[in-house]
Amino acid sequence: MIDQHLPILQIIIPMIAAPICMFLRHHFWTWLLAVVVSWVCLPISIALLIQVLEHGVIVYKLGGWAAPVGIEYRIDTLNAFILIIVAAIGAIVMPYARVSVDKEVPRDRAYLFYAMMLLCLTGLLGITITGDAFNLFVFLEISSLSSYVLISMGRDPRGLTAAYRYLILGTLGATFYIIGVGLMYMMTGSLNIADLATLMPAIADTRTIQAALAFLTVGLCLKLALFPLHMWLPNAYAFAPSAVTVFLASTATKVSVYALIRVVFTIFAGVNILEILPVRDLLMGLAIAGMFAGSAVAIYQSNIKRMLAYSSVAQLGYMILGVSMANISGVTAGIVHLFNHAVTKGGMFMAMGCIMYVIGSVKLEDMAGLGKRMPVTMAAFLAGGFSLIGVPLTVGFISKWYLIQGALENGWWPVAVLIVLSSLLAVIYIWRVVEVAYFQAPPEGKEAVTEAPMSMIIPMLVLIGASYYFGIDATTTLDVAGQAAEVLIGGAK
Amino acid sequence: MTVTSDFPGLLIYWVVIVLMMIGFYIVISQNNMVKKIVGLNVFQVSVFLLYITMGKVKGGTAPILADGFEVYSNPLPHVLILTAIVVGVATTSLGLALVVRIMDSYGTIEDDEIQALEDDT
Amino acid sequence: MNTRMQQKVVLRVVSKFLIPFILLFALYVQWHGDFGPGGGFQAGVIFAAGFILYALIYGVERTRQVIPAWVTRSLLSVGVLLYSGVGVATLLMGGEFLNYSVLAHVPTHGQHLGVLLVEAGVGITVFSAMTTIFIAFAGQDS
Repeated sequence: MIDQHLPILQIIIPMIAAPICMFLRHHFWTWLLAVVVSWVCLPISIALLIQVLEHGVIVYKLGGWAAPVGIEYRIDTLNAFILIIVAAIGAIVMPYARVSVDKEVPRDRAYLFYAMMLLCLTGLLGITITGDAFNLFVFLEISSLSSYVLISMGRDPRGLTAAYRYLILGTLGATFYIIGVGLMYMMTGSLNIADLATLMPAIADTRTIQAALAFLTVGLCLKLALFPLHMWLPNAYAFAPSAVTVFLASTATKVSVYALIRVVFTIFAGVNILEILPVRDLLMGLAIAGMFAGSAVAIYQSNIKRMLAYSSVAQLGYMILGVSMANISGVTAGIVHLFNHAVTKGGMFMAMGCIMYVIGSVKLEDMAGLGKRMPVTMAAFLAGGFSLIGVPLTVGFISKWYLIQGALENGWWPVAVLIVLSSLLAVIYIWRVVEVAYFQAPPEGKEAVTEAPMSMIIPMLVLIGASYYFGIDATTTLDVAGQAAEVLIGGAK
Repeated sequence: MTVTSDFPGLLIYWVVIVLMMIGFYIVISQNNMVKKIVGLNVFQVSVFLLYITMGKVKGGTAPILADGFEVYSNPLPHVLILTAIVVGVATTSLGLALVVRIMDSYGTIEDDEIQALEDDT
Repeated sequence: MNTRMQQKVVLRVVSKFLIPFILLFALYVQWHGDFGPGGGFQAGVIFAAGFILYALIYGVERTRQVIPAWVTRSLLSVGVLLYSGVGVATLLMGGEFLNYSVLAHVPTHGQHLGVLLVEAGVGITVFSAMTTIFIAFAGQDS
C-alpha cells in the first residue's frame, strides 16, 4: 500500500512534521525530528526514481479526482532526479545544522528554525513533484516564504535587508508566474501541465500565449537568479545562517531551473518556441553574460560567502546555457549540472560554515594561514574549487564537457570558447583564497584554532566526496539526465 | 477589433493593466520599505482582478447548484484567488515583520539610507 | 485600556454589543461555505476581526488575558494537523490522499464530512494566524 502512495508521502511527511516542531519547543528534539524526517524523505525519493525507471511515468491523483479536473502529481525521470537532489541535500544538511545553528540562531528560536527548514523542504519537494501549474505556484510560495524567514534568522542585521530584498523580488517573480498561468488558463481552461501541452499547439500563435510565455519566463528567471535578475542572491546567501546557505544554494535555484525546463520543454512542447518569441537566444545571451559577470564580480569580493554566491550566479549561467541549447547534449549538461553544482557548492558552503563556526568570520583577511590550522576544511574547499573550475575527475568537468559537446553539435564554436574562458575566471577567485589560506602566516596573537566538530566535517566530506565520485564514475547521473533530456527533447520538436 | 468599439467590454482589462503598472512602479521607484510592500499589494490585487474577471460567464449565475438555473459562472478562478490572497497576506505580514526588525536594527526604513549604512560596515 | 479610549463611550459600548454578533457571523460563514460565499479563510478572518476590534478598543494586554499566547500558538498547529489528519485518515481508509468519499459509507456523506473538517482546520489556522500577527505588531512598545 505504501508503494502506491509514495508520491504523496514524499510531501506530507515533512509537511506534518513542521507543525509538530511548533509543539515540541525544545531545540534538540526538533532537530532530531528534522533529521529523522529528512532521512525518511531520501529513500522515498530513491524508490520513486527506481519506480519511474522500471514502470514509466507515475501519476497520482489527489483526492481521487482525475486530471484535468483534479490536481495530479506526475513523476517522470527528470522529476525523480531533482527529487533525489533536494531530498539528499536535505538529509545531509540536517545533521550538519545542529552545531552550526546552535551557534548562529538563539536557542529559544531553534524550534522555529527547524519548522521553517521542514516547510522549505516540503515546498521544494512539492514544486518538483506536482503536475499542476497552479499547485506549483502554491509550493513555490511555501518554499519562498520559509526561505525569507530562514535567511533573516542569523545574527548579522544585513541578513534582514537581504531577506527583505529577496521577499520583494521573489514575490514579483511569483506574481509574474501566476499572471502567465492565468493567461494560459484563459485560453485553454486547464491548469494541468500535461493537459496544457496537448492544448497548446492549437493556440500558440495568439498574443495571449506569447504574453504568457514572456511572463512565465521572466517570473521563473527572477526566482532562479539569472543575470541580470540575480540581485537578491549574493546578499541572501552571504548573510544567512551557514546551514541555510548550504540548503538554499543547493536546492532553491535548481528547483526553479526545473520549473523553467517544465514550462519551456513540456508545456510548450508541441510548439516551435523560436517562432513565438526569441526565448532561446535571450536565455543563451543572458546565460553567457551571467557566466562572465558572476565570475568577474566574484574575484573582487572580500566576503568569501559572497564570492561563492556570485560564483553560483555564474554556474546558473552554465545550467541555463545548457537548457537553451535545446539539443540532447546541451539539455543533459544542464540537468546533470543541477546535480553537480548542488554537491559542489553545498560542500564548499559547508566548508565556509565550518570556518564561520571556528573563527567567527568569513572575510578573506581573517582566513590567513587556515591551510595549516584547519587542514581538512581547506582541503575540502580546494577540492570543491577544482570542481568549480572543471578539472578532470570532478563533476564540474563532466558538465562542462557535455556543454561544449552541445555547443559544437550545433556548430557554435564561439560559445564553446566562451565556456572555457569563463572557467579560467574561476581559477582566479579560487587562487585568491588558496593564496591567503596556504601561503600567508596566521596572524599573531590569535589562539590556536582546531577543526570544526565531526558532525560538520563528515557531511562536508560526504558532499565533496560525491563531487569526485560522480566525476570519476558519472554513468548513473549521466544515464538519468540523458534519459530525461531525451524525453524532453522528444516531446519538443 | 478596434479599441473604441470593444472598450466597454475590455474596460476591466485596462483597469488590470493600469493597476499592475502602478503597483510595479511603486515597488521599483519608492525608497521607503513600507511603501514598497504597499506597491506589491497593489500589483497582486491587479492579478486577482484578472483571474476573477475571467471566471464570469455571460448570463451565468453564482456557482451554486439550484433549480431553474442552467448557466453558472466558473468557480475555479475564485478558489485560485483565495489561495493567492492568502499567499499575499502571508507575504505582506512577513515583509512588515522584517521592516519592524530592520527599524530596530538600523533606525531607518529608507532603502538608500540603509544602503549607505551597510556600505560603511 | 488607555485614557483616550476610555473617553470614547460610544465606541466601547457599541463594540461590546457587536463583537458577539461578529463572532456568530463568522461561524455562520464557516459552516455555510457550500451554500453561499464562505468557507474557512473568510470565516477565520471575520472571527479574528472580532478579537482585533476588542484589542483596538480595550488594549492588547486585556486581549492577551482573553486569549493567551499558548492558545494562539497551539491553534496554529492544530488547524494544520486537522487538515493533514483528514488526509492521512483517507490514506489509511484505502483511498488517495484527501479522497473524502472513503470517509463514510455513502460517498456524498463522506465528501460532506471531509470538506466540513478540512474547512474547520483552515478556519482555525487562519484565525490564530491573524490574531498572532496583529498582536505581534500591536503589542510592541514603540
